[in-house]
Amino acid sequence: MTFLAKPKLHHPELHKNSLGYTRRDYEGAISTLCAGCGHDSISAAIVRACFELELPPHRIAKLSGIGCSSKTPTYFLGASHGFNSVHGRMPSVLTGANLANRDLIYLGVSGDGDSASIGIGQFAHAMRRGVNMVYIVENNGVYGLTKGQFSATSDKGAKSKRGVVNSDEAIDLVGMALQLGATFVARSFSGDKAQLVPLIEAALKHEGAAFIDCISPCVAFNNHEGSTKSFDYVREHNSAVNYLDVITERPEITVDYAPGSVEMVTQHDGSTLRLRKLHTDYDMHDRVSAMTYMQQRQAAGEIVTGLLYVDPNPRDLHEHLGTSDTPLNALHEDTLIPGAAALEKINMGLR
Amino acid sequence: MLQQIDRVEGLQRVNDFVVKFANVNGSGSASANALFAKAVLRMGVTATPRNIFPSNIQGLPTWYEVRISEAGHLAARGGGPDLMVAMNPQTWKQDVTSIEPGGYLFYDNTKPIPADKFRPDIVVIGVPLTEMTNKAYSDSRQRQLFKNIVGLGALSALLDMDPAVIEQLLGEQFKGRDKLIAANVQALHMGRDWVKQNLDCPIGLTLRHADTVGDRIFIDGNSAAALGAIYGGATVCAWYPITPSSSLAEAFSRYCSRMRVDKATGRNNFAIVQAEDELASIGMVIGAAWNGARAFTATSGPGISLMQEFVGLAYFAEIPAVIFDVQRAGPSTGMPTRTQQTDITICAYASHGDTKHVLLLPEDPYECFEFGALAFDLADCLQTPIFVMLDLEIGMNDRLTKPFDWDDRRRMDRGKVMTAEELEAGKLFGRYLDLDGDGIAYRTLPGTHPTKGAFFTRGTSKDRMARYSEEGADYQENMERLLRKHNTARSLVPAAVERKSDVPTRLGVIYYGSTSPAIAEADLLLAEQGIHLDLLRVRGFPFGDEVEAFIAAHDHVFVVEQNRDGQLRSLLVNELEISPKKLGKVVHFDGTPISARFITGAIAACTEKAVS
Repeated sequence: MTFLAKPKLHHPELHKNSLGYTRRDYEGAISTLCAGCGHDSISAAIVRACFELELPPHRIAKLSGIGCSSKTPTYFLGASHGFNSVHGRMPSVLTGANLANRDLIYLGVSGDGDSASIGIGQFAHAMRRGVNMVYIVENNGVYGLTKGQFSATSDKGAKSKRGVVNSDEAIDLVGMALQLGATFVARSFSGDKAQLVPLIEAALKHEGAAFIDCISPCVAFNNHEGSTKSFDYVREHNSAVNYLDVITERPEITVDYAPGSVEMVTQHDGSTLRLRKLHTDYDMHDRVSAMTYMQQRQAAGEIVTGLLYVDPNPRDLHEHLGTSDTPLNALHEDTLIPGAAALEKINMGLR
Repeated sequence: MLQQIDRVEGLQRVNDFVVKFANVNGSGSASANALFAKAVLRMGVTATPRNIFPSNIQGLPTWYEVRISEAGHLAARGGGPDLMVAMNPQTWKQDVTSIEPGGYLFYDNTKPIPADKFRPDIVVIGVPLTEMTNKAYSDSRQRQLFKNIVGLGALSALLDMDPAVIEQLLGEQFKGRDKLIAANVQALHMGRDWVKQNLDCPIGLTLRHADTVGDRIFIDGNSAAALGAIYGGATVCAWYPITPSSSLAEAFSRYCSRMRVDKATGRNNFAIVQAEDELASIGMVIGAAWNGARAFTATSGPGISLMQEFVGLAYFAEIPAVIFDVQRAGPSTGMPTRTQQTDITICAYASHGDTKHVLLLPEDPYECFEFGALAFDLADCLQTPIFVMLDLEIGMNDRLTKPFDWDDRRRMDRGKVMTAEELEAGKLFGRYLDLDGDGIAYRTLPGTHPTKGAFFTRGTSKDRMARYSEEGADYQENMERLLRKHNTARSLVPAAVERKSDVPTRLGVIYYGSTSPAIAEADLLLAEQGIHLDLLRVRGFPFGDEVEAFIAAHDHVFVVEQNRDGQLRSLLVNELEISPKKLGKVVHFDGTPISARFITGAIAACTEKAVS
């Protein structure tokens, strides 16, 4: 496989955002994933979300682990620094990067094998630390790059392409993120752009640990009859609790509208989330009842999607650590090195 | 009173003996023991203490051995102590057995101990410490703590120590708390007075004022390395607790709270994260360093094992990272509180694939500080992981060492980082382009420029412009450049230090790290036996030209180290293509620090064999 650069040519009248970037400026190299892969839709949603939020691409750092999902950062935000780290360890690399420079936006992309199996420890600890990031798991319930083995998010009873039935219980990353203290928890479906794009936007505006579990069917290995992560199955069982629009100070974003009761949530950075509730009994500010609701609906065979929990005023790792407002990577000798006189004082105390 | 002083003619030594304290973990003995060592130093006599502690928390045995040497020897002497302060009934038998013939046993004789529990060839000194403290104090915690000070007082009279020195130390330790000072001084004299009234003192082991300490300071290597990290400009520390390295991260935290908190805002110019495991700690270090912060972790052998994959990533993705490895044996329940130099090979060649890493090998706390700071410059310059190889012996024991110094003109060397201005001006950027021929390419930090300089970081599937590539030619070119870079490191790591014998010789010794003081002493002992040696202390890997030249200039070279397999010797054979026959393996690996006695015996035996 080789690198496929996308031609830079584009239509001269392509819409530009206030920074002067077109949507194309948020794209990356041409995807080498299978045609129809759900992951490519998520990449497109990321591109659109960043364009619409008018984020300078170079102020975003995109990090991933290993697997199909973790290849995708090459296919979006070509002007951002990216880091394809080791399997299951993206959270620690992202945490370190975030410690070094709190001024960038951190986008972590992972998969169900990467986060729920080999990297479940790092996933858990990044959530409980409250690292300011967007953490997207592109969840297809299967190992694609190694050709179709079950992953830890495969549902019990799901059938593999080869006809093997999974006997292990599935790990629910949404439930874990809720329990571990993530301050923004959502689930979506790669086939539902109207829901996914605003969720990514809201997560990008959230100043804490934002987690999105995005069901993303694998067309090569997990899109058959008997799979619980196929396009058909997810469409049939999708139970969205809400849809949202993200309203920044800039002109309102218009998306496909479905009527319902509306709730406005102002996030810490001033942006507003307008939630069109589809289930009026769902309270996304109550962590415990969110967990209960999820458990109940899942037991009933539904895949609950939407913004499931949000704390509009989160505290992130930097708040916990009391780090300086100036990014640590921008501090100079004068601040960092106490100097000869201080060292002599230390010497004096050691005699 | 019968057992107080036996009729044995005891050893007679001034300023040259070993005292060992056998204690119960958690009994508060540590501070009294340290006070003893410091008092000896304040009298101008070189003292080197060692903590000998099994892997336990409370109630179990622990020892503190102090070698006193006016001649200035810092290494463990080897053999048993000349004076055993036996305060732990659990280890009584082994403690009594270990005393050198003619040595002294100091114990608490409040409860009589049967005569057959002693040895006829040692001098037995019983002092009723418990009886005294029970009488003087009502509170049980006070009784325990002051017993240590009463014992120190008794000891000071027996060894003819200057009480003023101890009083001054107590004054410094409890500065501002006059009541505490008075109480401690009182306890000290309680012990002194009892001994003076009831026993013949001093005994045959005595201390007198000398002038061998100079302006040296007294500190453990882990603290010194942490201070080095402060002066090296480290801002991110991610770590996972593991003996014997935990105190390094904790010392960094302590120094940070003293020296790195912004006075105006109260905000921290550092971030310390106790990670969930060593994989996460090195991952955080790599993430932070990728993003331009100076970052490090501290660990030991088992942690190094866990970090292997990430270390490989940092090597191939060329990310600066500093790893302090405080060596012990391993794994898991593997002699965690014993010293060894067993991670040389695993660090030099850490991870899968063709890798070679840079190692720094400090000999004492002074070099822990120096190399601790230097490591961050090297990591940035070479864009690669740098291992600073301490061991438990250096890391966890207070050691007399040269005072730290710092040149305020010194600047951090951040290496080849392309700036927004350079990118804007059109300077050619390719993440893995070797523009200067030294194997080191320019990097950019995330967020630098809106349209230029962004690249994707990954393992080895890439071309010189950091584009994804699985082409064999791209891979090979990159691997060869990494080798060029490693070669550049040869001239950047601290050069080996040679000490030539006064008498011309064809025999050489190569050694490193905590073996240093034992070699210095062994060299004197061997010279007395007519065996003369040129000495080379290796301070870094990859080896500089001077190492090759030294080996070439000698017929036979002993490589002395503290592991079973002669790990540095293997590196010499492998990297410099030296015939193994030329390199004699002298290895000490029982977990105790190497001694001059051991080295002298081993080299003398080898030399005899060679001659006969």
